[in-house]
Amino acid sequence: MYAYDELDRTLINERVSEFRDQVKRRLTGELTEDEFKMLRLQNGVYLQLHAYMFRVAIPYGTLSSKQLRRLAHVARRYDRGYGHFTTRQNIQFNWIKLSDLPDALAELAEVGIHAMQTSGNNMRNVTSDQWAGVAPGEVEDPRIWSEILRQHTTLHPEFSFLPRKFKIAITASEHDRAAIKVHDIGLRLHRNADGETGFEVLVGGGLGRTPFIGKTIKPYVAGRDILSYVEAILRVYNQYGRRDNIYKARIKILVHELGIEKFAKEVDEEWKQMGHSALTLDHSVIEEVRSRFSYPAYEKLPHMPDELKQAAHDPLFERWRKNSVAPHKVQGYSIVTLSLKPVGGPPGDATADQMDAVADLADKYSFGEIRVGHEQNLVLPHVAKRDLPQLWKALDRIGLATPNVNLVTDIIACPGLDYCSLANARSIPIAQELTRRFANHDTAEMIGRLHINISGCINACGHHHVGHIGILGVEKNGEEFYQITIGGRADENAQMGALIGPAVPYAEVADVIEDIVEAYLALRDRPEELFVDTVKRLGVEPFKERVYATR
Amino acid sequence: MPLVKNGRITTDLFVHIAEGAELPGDGAILVPAARFLEDPEAMLRRPGKLGVIWPNNRNLDDLVPYLDRLAAVALVFPSFRDGRAYSQARLLRERHGYDGELRATGQVLRDQFVFMSRAGFDAFEVKKDADADAFAETMKRYSVFYQPTGDGRVTALNRRMQLRHSESAGQ
Ligand code: HEM
Ligand code: SF4
Repeated sequence: MYAYDELDRTLINERVSEFRDQVKRRLTGELTEDEFKMLRLQNGVYLQLHAYMFRVAIPYGTLSSKQLRRLAHVARRYDRGYGHFTTRQNIQFNWIKLSDLPDALAELAEVGIHAMQTSGNNMRNVTSDQWAGVAPGEVEDPRIWSEILRQHTTLHPEFSFLPRKFKIAITASEHDRAAIKVHDIGLRLHRNADGETGFEVLVGGGLGRTPFIGKTIKPYVAGRDILSYVEAILRVYNQYGRRDNIYKARIKILVHELGIEKFAKEVDEEWKQMGHSALTLDHSVIEEVRSRFSYPAYEKLPHMPDELKQAAHDPLFERWRKNSVAPHKVQGYSIVTLSLKPVGGPPGDATADQMDAVADLADKYSFGEIRVGHEQNLVLPHVAKRDLPQLWKALDRIGLATPNVNLVTDIIACPGLDYCSLANARSIPIAQELTRRFANHDTAEMIGRLHINISGCINACGHHHVGHIGILGVEKNGEEFYQITIGGRADENAQMGALIGPAVPYAEVADVIEDIVEAYLALRDRPEELFVDTVKRLGVEPFKERVYATR
Repeated sequence: MPLVKNGRITTDLFVHIAEGAELPGDGAILVPAARFLEDPEAMLRRPGKLGVIWPNNRNLDDLVPYLDRLAAVALVFPSFRDGRAYSQARLLRERHGYDGELRATGQVLRDQFVFMSRAGFDAFEVKKDADADAFAETMKRYSVFYQPTGDGRVTALNRRMQLRHSESAGQ
């Protein structure tokens, strides 16, 4: 965990008091809605279909139990008793009153939580691997760099009014859980030939209306130079990014229009001229940040404790363990994913009571630490293996032991037409219907790893392009239709899915997905061949045929 | 439109010259970039202070040769959402060493003062009277800054290092 010090806390409090003043000026009419809009967005406040929506930052997805309890409190006191964890490792509240927002923010600030830059045309909350610091084989904890970037990007005096929003993601593992290739800047921490750590820098990835996979702009930037390099990219983007058309304003369009070589040249030119300035990170500064991350005092534990051996006789436990429990870098410990995808539930929702309960379980079994993953699940990052059976029982009692992590019902979905003013179609009810269709665990397990992603419009909040199966809501003559893509992925081999054919009406979506899955079961080489791999091998055609032959 | 300079509301000594308008024989003037570039030398020879209004989509390289002879540079915020002039301001101050008046014009609201001042602006044509009145108070809003800029404020990272050193020195 990272400990905020007096300086971080002071800044957050200063931000709350500024926002309190801004809300007051809006309520008295001193600020027009147009002026206020930008200011509220910089604090994560959207005006939605039914109410203001409030998006709270969870930088790089790390939370303490105390912080999670406070989020539960905000859900209960200012909202309707639940919150929605998002694909950007944040949490959203859907029913909050504008006049309550400053108080809610002040209560969050007491535990080091804020909503700065969870929206607006600035550098957004930095995201990272939810297994950061505990994943075996990781180069080093990427959150040290995430935190350095979090600080640097917060209230940045040059880049708070960019052409468009700007997202940075960092991974330090070979297997990319942070989807760095679909971010404006993706950073991959690795070691060079001399054993020093630095970053491969990717730029220009993103989803939305014009999806792109990020391209490598520099294979290696030393850690000490990462701030200046990022600043150089942003300066080029701030000056040359398009502002005439919001759909073309993202850096991915600039990179695409200039070409990566030309863009890289511009950045290098800028970087050279910046010189090795105040942005160069001294070793001692990096170590200072590193020293404020604390790690649990792990015990020396056996690799295979008796408790686990015994529990293995229980098929229900084993079913859960197989997909929810991952290896930890420390022997005798595991990383546990808590599914927020119960059958029939909206993906990513958690009630205030569940949040409180998870906070208690984190205290008891995970050194008080919780993570939020971009798949809209929670993670307990340091669970002793001997505690797994007890933890599982406790999770089951609060409805968070659905054994479906990475399976077909572990669906990512945006709020869609149920909450979002931009939506063309519903997302949540489609997800709910699909979880019912595939509720049978044996079938789901036979299907294996398969990610379904749903967005209610082209903005792609549900990352539909990179779902193994992607579902995108579109509107046709006032009716909800859905385009379906297959073969997308968001990992180190990130790729956009391919469209299988004409959009289908709401009522047929679940059937079509079942057809696709059945086709896969018939077409796969062997049971271990994942859905995406079958699609890669065979292309779209056989799936298309199966879906449209009878329609 | 009130002008805030050096932290105070002051009278604007510069006359804005519209595109195509006659230049007064003396006195301080602010001229549009295109007009200035028609014949910079002639304009610089004219008695009276000279400032240039530089649009936010024009490369600063054309202005740089004249910087040490200009009394003011005015950068433009056509809307408060358009932040290109923040980059221009930092470049003028930090890369090109410009130390004359750097003025923010256009949609200038109190909620941007801190950002603008950190980027190097020291004069503000403020859109609303109330915002100009609140200048001093608004500038006191923040005491912690994360990024190093040319304004010389000590960043949080550096303050922490200083604190560490003084702690270890005291041990
Ligand atoms: C209900 C309120 C929401 C609104 C109004 C909203 C609005 C938007 C808009 C306008 C974009 C497109 C930006 C662009 O052009 O790139 C966008 C993208 C995105 N949103 Fe949302 N969103 C909402 C909720 C969510 C939620 C709940 C999530 C997470 C589940 C989310 C995650 C994302 C992500 C990850 C993208 C980026 C896609 C990319 O890489 O370009 N949003 N959102
Ligand atoms: S994808 Fe569209 S519908 Fe879904 S949350 Fe984003 S903006 Fe709203």
